[in-house]
Amino acid sequence: MASAPKGTGSLNAAPGARYARIMGVGGYRPERVITNEEVCTWIDSSDEWIRERSGIVSRRWAAPDETVVDMSEAAAKPALEAAGVTPDQLSAVIVATVTHPYQTPAAAPLLATRLGANGVPAFDISAACAGYCHAISIASDMVRGGSAERVLVIGVEKLSAFTDEHDRGTAFIFGDGAGAAVVGPSDHAAIGPTVWGSDGTHWETIMQKEPWTDVRREWQAEAAAQAPTSAIDPAKTYAATSLAMAGPSVFRWAVWQMAPVAQQAIDAAGITADDLDVFIPHQANMRIIDAMIKQLKLPADIPVARDIAETGNTSAASIPLATERMLREGEAPHGGLALQIGFGAGLAYAAQVVELP
Amino acid sequence: MAQSDQEILEGLAEIVNEETGVDAADVQLDKSFTEDLDIDSLSMMTIVVNAEEKFGVRIPDDDVKNLSTVGDAVKYIKDAQA
Repeated sequence: MASAPKGTGSLNAAPGARYARIMGVGGYRPERVITNEEVCTWIDSSDEWIRERSGIVSRRWAAPDETVVDMSEAAAKPALEAAGVTPDQLSAVIVATVTHPYQTPAAAPLLATRLGANGVPAFDISAACAGYCHAISIASDMVRGGSAERVLVIGVEKLSAFTDEHDRGTAFIFGDGAGAAVVGPSDHAAIGPTVWGSDGTHWETIMQKEPWTDVRREWQAEAAAQAPTSAIDPAKTYAATSLAMAGPSVFRWAVWQMAPVAQQAIDAAGITADDLDVFIPHQANMRIIDAMIKQLKLPADIPVARDIAETGNTSAASIPLATERMLREGEAPHGGLALQIGFGAGLAYAAQVVELP
Repeated sequence: MAQSDQEILEGLAEIVNEETGVDAADVQLDKSFTEDLDIDSLSMMTIVVNAEEKFGVRIPDDDVKNLSTVGDAVKYIKDAQA
């Protein structure tokens, strides 16, 4: 016999804000500067070769004992201050990262506690270089959906811990850092619709070389063979847990598939490229940025983020770090419209037009 | 519509010139993209995408690394058009 619902209860719906906005941003760049000359002591390359292929002059690396939570905290504080929000006013924390080194627990709960926001919903998301734009979209929807009023969004990476210094394809690209944004209610639309997606057919283009389970199995096999611990080749394990990237394939995907996505984000926001004040693409590679501008046919007078020169590719942190720099240096106007697009491992991508705080 | 080797070579030379500034006359069948024309992997991807559009063919990433000389690319495009 089919069961019938009681039908006696009617549910409340959480009241959300009509619109959301980014209230403030902040960034943290680790102290240690790694020059191309230093990179060339690990790989057979030159300053000129690295600059020509990536536009990177130097990058920052975190200290060995500096964690993604430490960096997130350092970026969150100026963002909260810029937003005029105190930690006890936060109602959720989202951390976008792929380099928090614990499979579990997530970085976000510890960050919330450290900031003085213990108790709020706090979780990590994994969307690599597209992580920040994903998190902005989720935070905006939470504010509008009524599940949170003010959300701290973090993009943070310690890629140095997952880089094989002897891999010529990646050793010079990655950097460390954290960027933060506070998303809250707004009296007008200040975060445009997100255009996002993924392509698992290219799942292997950017990936950790071996899953942790294989690395564990290799350790166990060596231990079972009663090999002394010293017989486990640290260089081999190191390489296995590092990130590998099919650079040219990623370049092709990023330039020719992402320019139309960026254009869709402009269209979805109901503006034209001429209305933009600044373009802030993920800082993957200067050549990708240049090729994307050409594909997008952006007006020549629109400032474009080129933070990669001194920061390297910091994955989820690159867009908020570039945003923070452009606002601080006066290159981007407060209240201006920024087109931001993140794309990377997954493959995953997300783009939206936002009003700068 | 299939094109002659010469037509494909001329079209390819135009694309290479636009991307890299290499003189179109230097783009000859026996030239290696990396050794002789000094084209790096990212420029090669730009050239491939432009060639796909110009010649109406598909050149998957896995096949790009087999195209070491200009002649390899001309033959690949011709076969793909056939």
